[in-house]
Amino acid sequence: MKINSYHSVKSIEEAYKLLNDNKQNAIVAGGAWMRLSSKEIETAIDLSEIGLDQIVETEDAFEIGSMTTLRQVEKHEGLKKHYDGALSNALSHIMGVPIRNVATIGGSIIGKYSFSDVLTPLVIMDVELEFYKKGRLSLEDFLVSKDRSKDVLVKVIIKKEEARGYFKKMQKTGLDFAVVNVAVSKQADTIKIAVGARPSLVKFAVEAMAFVNGAKEITEEVILETAEIAGKELKFGTNSKASESYRRNIAMAYIKRGLREVTV
Amino acid sequence: MKVNLLINGQKKTFLIEAGDYLLDTLRKQNYLSVKKGCDNSSCGVCTVLFDGKPIKACSLLTAKTEGHEVTTVEGIQDEADKLSDYFGQEGADQCGFCTPGMALAVHALKVENSNPTDEEIKEYLTGNLCRCTGYQSQHIAIRNYLEDK
Ligand SMILES: Cc1cc2nc3c(=O)[nH]c(=O)nc-3n(C[C@H](O)[C@H](O)[C@H](O)COP(=O)(O)OP(=O)(O)OC[C@H]3O[C@@H](n4cnc5c(N)ncnc54)[C@H](O)[C@@H]3O)c2cc1C
Repeated sequence: MKINSYHSVKSIEEAYKLLNDNKQNAIVAGGAWMRLSSKEIETAIDLSEIGLDQIVETEDAFEIGSMTTLRQVEKHEGLKKHYDGALSNALSHIMGVPIRNVATIGGSIIGKYSFSDVLTPLVIMDVELEFYKKGRLSLEDFLVSKDRSKDVLVKVIIKKEEARGYFKKMQKTGLDFAVVNVAVSKQADTIKIAVGARPSLVKFAVEAMAFVNGAKEITEEVILETAEIAGKELKFGTNSKASESYRRNIAMAYIKRGLREVTV
Repeated sequence: MKVNLLINGQKKTFLIEAGDYLLDTLRKQNYLSVKKGCDNSSCGVCTVLFDGKPIKACSLLTAKTEGHEVTTVEGIQDEADKLSDYFGQEGADQCGFCTPGMALAVHALKVENSNPTDEEIKEYLTGNLCRCTGYQSQHIAIRNYLEDK
C-alpha cells in the first residue's frame, strides 16, 4: 500500500467530505488489512481522534463505534454473555492479541472479507450499521448490497435480546484463516444458521433454516436433516486450505453441534 | 510529515512518510530490539506496546502514534532481565530473535491477567512465533516467571 498524504479528521462530516473529494482517498481504520494490499491512497483519512472507539450499552442495544478494536469488543462484559458469547468467542480466535488490538470492527465489516470470523457471528444476531449519510441499514442488507458510494461507517448496533448462540471455526493453526466457520442462533422460536469462509462470503443456509423453523419439535432427526439440507444448498469451494467436500462435511458437523447446543 | 510521540518515556519527533509503518520508523531510529521478521503481521518479533497494549509494529501506521506512547523492550528492562533469567533456567532462548517481542507480550499479559491459566498463556502468546524452542520450555519459563510474585 502506498499513502501519499495523511489526515486525522476532527469530525465525521470532515471525513465524509474528504472521502468523496477524490476517488483515491480512503479511510484507514486499524490499517492492518490495508497494509497487505497494493492500493495507492491519495489521502488516508484517520478517524482516531473523534471518539468512535467506544462501546455504549443502552437498555436495548450495544452501540459499537466503528473504530473500536476487535479486542475491546471481545473483552466487553455484556457482549461476552450476548448469544452465549458467540461474538467474543469468534474474535478471540482471530490471529493473536496484538492484531486484535489494532484491527477495528468497522474495517472488519466494510471489507466484507470472505474469510471473516467477524461477519459470521454478527449475521445471526440483529445488527444494524449506521452510516453518516446513508443512515441505518441491516448488516444482512449491507452484505448483499451492490451500492459502491463512499460513506463513513459510524457505529454498529447490536440489539439486545434473549437468545442462544454458537460459533465454531476450523483453522489449521492459531494464525491461519478459517477453513470454514459456522454460527447458529435461536432467538424466540427462530433458528438462524450462517456459514462463512466457504471460502466465499458468509451466507445463510436458507432452506435448512426454513426446514428447522417449520419443524414441530427439534429432534435429533430434525437436526441431522437440517445439516444435510444445509450441506446440499450451500456452495463450497476448494483452495489451498481445504477441498470443497472437506469444507462441506466440517460445516455440516458444526451445524449439528450448533443446533444441539442452542436447542437444549 | 512530523510525528510526536513518547518512546520509553522520552519525547521524540520523527520526520516520516505518510505511509510509513512503525516497524520501519523504529528501526530507522535505531530501536533495533524491534525485529523485522515476516513484515505481514504474523510472526510477532516486532511486538511493541502502544499505550501499554501489545501490537505488531509492522501493522500500525507511524502516523497513528501522534501523541501516543510506544514501549520497546528497553522500556521494561528490569522486567525483561528477570524474565530472561527464567528463560535461561529452562533453556528457552536459542537465537533470541523472538525474545524482545515475547517479553513485551508477557509483560502485557501480566498487566491484564496476573494469574493466567496455561491455556490463557498460550492464547495470549499465539501471535509470537519461535522457531527454535518448540514453545514448551518458554511456556514453563513464562509460567514460573508469572508465579514469582
Ligand atoms: C495478518 C492478518 C490476518 C487476519 N486474519 C483474520 C482471520 O483469520 N479472521 C478474520 O475474521 N479476520 C482476519 N483479519 C482481518 C482483521 O480481523 C480485520 O478485519 C482487518 O484487519 C480490517 O480491519 P482494520 O481495522 O485493519 O481495517 P482497515 O484495513 O483500516 O480498513 C479495511 C477497509 O475498510 C474501510 N473502512 C474502515 N473503517 C471504515 C469506516 N469507519 N467507514 C468506512 N470505511 C471504512 C477502509 O477504507 C478499507 O477499505 C486478519 C488481518 C490481518 C492483518
